[in-house]
Amino acid sequence: MNFDDTPQEAEFRAIARKWIDANAPKELEAELTKPSAKRASEKRDAMLDVAKAWQKKKADAGWACLHWPKEYGGRGSTPIERVIWQQEEGVYDKLARPFAIGQGMCGPTVMAYASEDQKRKYLPPLASGEKVWCQLFSEPAGGSDVAGLRTRAEKDGDDWIVNGQKIWTSGAHYSDYGILITRTDPNVPKHKGLTMFFLDMKSEGVEVKPIKQANGMQEFNEVFFTNVRIPDSQRLGAVGDGWNVSLTTLMNERMSIGSRVATGFPELFEFCSNLMLEDGLAIDDPNVRSKLASWAVKNSGLKYTSYRSISALSKGERPGPENSIGKLVSGMMMQDIAMFAADLQGASGALVGADAEAAGEFQATILGSPSMRIAGGTDEILRNIIAERVLGLPGDIRVDKDVPFNKVPTKGR
Amino acid sequence: MNFDFSDDQKQLRDEARRFLTEKCPPKAVRAVIDGKAPYDRELWKGLADMGFLGVAIPEAFGGSGAGHLELCVIAEEMGRALAPVPFSSTVYLAAEALLLAGSDAQKQKWLPAIAQGNAVGTLALFEGSGNPSPKAIKLTAANGVLNGTKKPVADGAIADFAIVAARTGSTGRDTDIALYLVDLTSEGVEAKALTSIDPSRNQAEISFKNVKAELLGAANEGWSILSQVLDRAAVLISFEQVGGSDRALEMGRDYALDRIAFGRQIGSFQAVKHMLADMYVSATLARSNCYYGAWALSTNASELPEAAAAARISATQAFQHCSKNNIQVHGGMGFTWEFDCHLYYRRSNAVAVGLGSLSYWEDQLIERMRQKNAA
Repeated sequence: MNFDDTPQEAEFRAIARKWIDANAPKELEAELTKPSAKRASEKRDAMLDVAKAWQKKKADAGWACLHWPKEYGGRGSTPIERVIWQQEEGVYDKLARPFAIGQGMCGPTVMAYASEDQKRKYLPPLASGEKVWCQLFSEPAGGSDVAGLRTRAEKDGDDWIVNGQKIWTSGAHYSDYGILITRTDPNVPKHKGLTMFFLDMKSEGVEVKPIKQANGMQEFNEVFFTNVRIPDSQRLGAVGDGWNVSLTTLMNERMSIGSRVATGFPELFEFCSNLMLEDGLAIDDPNVRSKLASWAVKNSGLKYTSYRSISALSKGERPGPENSIGKLVSGMMMQDIAMFAADLQGASGALVGADAEAAGEFQATILGSPSMRIAGGTDEILRNIIAERVLGLPGDIRVDKDVPFNKVPTKGR
Repeated sequence: MNFDFSDDQKQLRDEARRFLTEKCPPKAVRAVIDGKAPYDRELWKGLADMGFLGVAIPEAFGGSGAGHLELCVIAEEMGRALAPVPFSSTVYLAAEALLLAGSDAQKQKWLPAIAQGNAVGTLALFEGSGNPSPKAIKLTAANGVLNGTKKPVADGAIADFAIVAARTGSTGRDTDIALYLVDLTSEGVEAKALTSIDPSRNQAEISFKNVKAELLGAANEGWSILSQVLDRAAVLISFEQVGGSDRALEMGRDYALDRIAFGRQIGSFQAVKHMLADMYVSATLARSNCYYGAWALSTNASELPEAAAAARISATQAFQHCSKNNIQVHGGMGFTWEFDCHLYYRRSNAVAVGLGSLSYWEDQLIERMRQKNAA
C-alpha cells in the first residue's frame, strides 16, 4: 500500500509537469483558485476565449483529450495517465469546463457511432476546443426519466425534420454542435422509439434561450427546435436504437474519476477556525467540532475512495457504477455545510454577497446547491444506481415499459 | 499509486474468512452470548495455530513478523465474524503497548505467549463513565504498588495480564500517568465480570489492592505511550467495524432479495433500496478512511493521529448505521432473538464506545487537524 507512482507513471508526471510549468496561463492562477471560480458562469462565458486559447495550446502539444486516439486529436494515453494529467493541471483544469460535456460525453458517442470520415472531421476540433459541443437530452417532460422525451424527428427524404424542446442544456449558447436524442416512433414503448443525431447548432430553426434559475443566475439554456432539418448522415446509431446510444454517453459521465469533487468542507473548516462566537472561536465549541468531524470524515472518505479508484485504474481495471458515490455525498454535503455556516452567523446568516460573512460564499451555496443534488443524476437516481448495479437489487417496476409511448399518461391529475 | 492491499494480503484475508466461516459461525457467537463460556477457547487456539495472533509480532518475539497491513485484513474478518475472543484487547492493545514500550524481558515474557494463544492481555484504562483522559485516572502507583479500581476492562475477567494506567503524581500534567504491567494472577487482584450490551465479549471490573507491578516504559511517559497505543488500536478496531458493516449490509441486501411483501421483493421498493444504498455509502467511506489509517499505521507516518481518528469516527458511524438499518430492512423478524441482526447491533454499539466514544474521537480529530493547520 503506497501513494507512489510506478516508474512509468512518474516519468509521465514529470513530462506533464514540465510542460504545464512552461506553458500554463499563470496570470489566471489566483482567479481560478478562488472557490467562486466554479460558480461564476457569467465570468466563465467571458473566460471562453481564454479557455479556448489554453485548450488549443494543449492540443497543439498533444495534451488534449489524452485518452483519445491520436488520429482523433488525442494522445492515446492510458486512463491513469489521464488522471495524472488532471492532477498536474490543477486549477487550470477549471478552464476546460466549457469543453467538459463535449469531450466527456459527445465525443465518445461520436467515436462509437459516427463514420470514419465524420470522426476525422469533427473530433480533432472538439479536442482542441476550436469547436464546442453540447448535449441535448433533458426535456421539460423527461428529466430523470429521460426516455420519456417528446422532441419528434420525422423522416423527410434523406433528412429528418425535428420539432420540440430541450432544457438544462449547458453551454448551448456558445456551442457549435450538439448531440440530440429524439423520438422517431411514438407507436412503440418509450425506449424503443428513440434515435440519436448530431447537428450544427447554427441550423435554421434552432433557438437558444437562457433559463433564469432559482438562485437568480443563468447557467443553462432551453433549446427550441422548429422544423430543424438534419441530414440522415448525421444519425448516430440505428433508427430506434437511440436509447442504447445514449447509454454510451451517460456511461462516460461516470468515467470522469480522479478529479476531486468539491464538498465545502475545507471552506467550512477555515471559516470555523476564524469565527469568534460569544464564548470563543467556533472551532472550540463541542457542537461545532462534532459536526465538523462528521463532515471531515466524509471529505477524507471521498478523497480516499477516489484514490482507491485511481489505484484500480492503475492496475487496468475499469471504473464502474460505484463511482456514483462522489456526487451523491458531495452534493448533500455542500448544501448541509452551507446551511450550518449560515446558522453559525445568526441573523446575519441571511445576508448575501458583500453584506455577508466570507463574502457570501455560503449563502450563494445555499441558493445554488439544490442544483448539485439534481444535475447529472438526482440523489434518488444515484441511490437507485448503487442499489441496482452495485448491490444487485431489483430494478423499479416500470408501468410504462410495454406500453406504446403515445398511450402513456401525460398528466398526474 | 497503489492504495490497496497487496495480492498476498488479500489472500490472507480470504484465508481468514474461510477459517472464520468454518470455525466461527453465528452459533459459536451465540454460545458465548448464552454464557456457555466467557470466550471461545477453541477458536482462540485455532487463531494461534493459523498464525493470526502473532501476525504483527516480530519473529524475534515468537510472531510471524508479517506486519500491520496483514493485521488489518485479519481484523476486518474478525469483525465480520463477530469473533467472541479477546483479540482486540490482546493484540491491538496489550501487544501494541508491549511493542511500543516494553523492555526486552517484558516482550520475551508475553509476546511469544500471545502469539501461541497462551496469554490473554488487556488494557485497564477506564475508571467508570468517561472518555480517555489523564484527569480521570485515580488508581495510584507508589513504589511499584497499585491501589484502585478499573471499570470497565474489556476481557478483564479472562485476561492473564493487563497494562494498567496509574497515577504517580498530582501536578496535573500528563507526566503524572505511568503504565504498569500486571500479572493478573498476582495477590491483591480481583476481577469481577460485568454484564454488557454485547455479551459475546467479556467486560470486567478489576480491583487492585497493594498489587506489585512493573513499569512499562518510562514513568513519566505513560500517557504519551497510551495515546499512541489508542491511535494504533483505533485503526485496527475500525477494520473490525468495517468488517461488521459489510456483513450487516449484506444481510440486509440478502433479506431484501428473499423477502416478498405486497406481492414483490421488498428490495424492489425504493424506500428499502435507498436505505441499503446509504448503508453502502457509509461502509465505503469508512473503508476508504480505514485504508488511509492502515497506510499510516503500517508506515508509522506522522499522519497517524489524524488518520486514526478519521478511521475510527467513520467506522463507528458506518457500523452503527448498517447494523441498525439491517434490523429495519428485516422488519419484525430483525427484532427476534432468533435472527442474527441483533448480534451485529449489539457489537456495533459496544465497540462504538469501547475505545473512547464517537464524541471523544470527533474532538480529537478536529484538535489534531487544527494543530496541523497551525503548524
